[in-house]
Amino acid sequence: MKSETAAFLKKNKKRILEAWVQNQMSDSTLRDDLISNEELSKQSDDLLDTLLKAVGSGELNLESESFQGVTDILSELSITRARQGFSPRETSMFVMSLKKAFYSLLDAQYKDDPATLYQASVELNNLLDHMSIVTMETFIQGREEVILRQTDEMNEISTPVIRVWEGILALPIIGTLDSARTQIVMENLLQQIVETGSRIAILDISGVPTVDSLVAQHLIKTVSATRLMGAECIISGIRAEIAQTIVHLGIDLSNINTKASLASALKLAYSMLGIEVRRTERKTIF
Amino acid sequence: MMTLSKETLAIQREPDVIYFRNKAKEYAVKIGMSMVGQTKLITAASELVRNMLRYANGGNAILEIVIRNNVKGVRLTFTDKGPGIKDVKQAMQDGFSTGRSLGLGLPGAKRLSNEFDIKSEVGKGTTVTIIRWKNGL
Repeated sequence: MKSETAAFLKKNKKRILEAWVQNQMSDSTLRDDLISNEELSKQSDDLLDTLLKAVGSGELNLESESFQGVTDILSELSITRARQGFSPRETSMFVMSLKKAFYSLLDAQYKDDPATLYQASVELNNLLDHMSIVTMETFIQGREEVILRQTDEMNEISTPVIRVWEGILALPIIGTLDSARTQIVMENLLQQIVETGSRIAILDISGVPTVDSLVAQHLIKTVSATRLMGAECIISGIRAEIAQTIVHLGIDLSNINTKASLASALKLAYSMLGIEVRRTERKTIF
Repeated sequence: MMTLSKETLAIQREPDVIYFRNKAKEYAVKIGMSMVGQTKLITAASELVRNMLRYANGGNAILEIVIRNNVKGVRLTFTDKGPGIKDVKQAMQDGFSTGRSLGLGLPGAKRLSNEFDIKSEVGKGTTVTIIRWKNGL
């Protein structure tokens, strides 16, 4: 870009900023519930400032060092917006609306010099296109981080080990049991067996929608590992349709203790430990 | 046999298994299949989708609602461009696996569905088609 064009843009920064903020505010998709006008003006001011400084340096490549500041601000901004719940359209509008502000100014200034106008427009266009790509990229990255974090959180909450009685642990499994989750379940269970010195673990699969041969294989592995630790495993929560499916699939669970409900599994655990639970005759009057 | 509705899903990653299973369940519920029928269908689907991911690095799965003699059913077609199966007869036997699994996927899926068809060519790929009818046992 010609240095006088860059200088002209720099000199008219205030006008560009005004036009830009105006453009953003007049856009019907502006989320004034998520961002205040002052904040919007400040963000625009910061970006425009760094951008014009970089343009003044003569280079127009977004990957060059002088544009580092611009990409930093853009990334920061779009990640924040992704987390705040802005839509992709609203986020990219931020950069897109700057184009209009530049063009109207250049158009007025270089009316009689089409060659300069054309050159400046093409260069600015390329630059702003790259800027919106950066915005989109980081926006999606920000969203993906949110998804990854949620997956981690889900893995964490989904495998509680409950001490139901002295020596009896229960593990309600909810959702699909894939290889990664089986690993977490098994680790948690084995660790709790060591810590509490429990002798019986009840795996409840009421919340597992489908038991296919892979899930079954994972269950069998968990049971084997528990047995190696000297504890016994009971699988409970086998629904009628799951039982039929397991039989048709040809999975052999006959050497594993299985029960239809957690209550009957608990009863079996009591009898294995020689515990008796009785109703007492009480004479208290309520 | 007539196809009433059809949908194709690409299977490329582990989470696609769950998504596909939910879709298959949706189709089964739509034609009024019983709870046991639904569970059998999605378990068979789960086995076949997992096979496709594990041995062929994914492929395509087609979901269809079909009608024959006035009875509705769900037809699932799994197509991959993987290495193919050398000996289909052996692969259909209980307990045979080249991948350290239980070896129940293919024979199990056959027992869980009403109609089962497998075509495989070494070096080209495998296509498995299953149907579960609404009133199927």
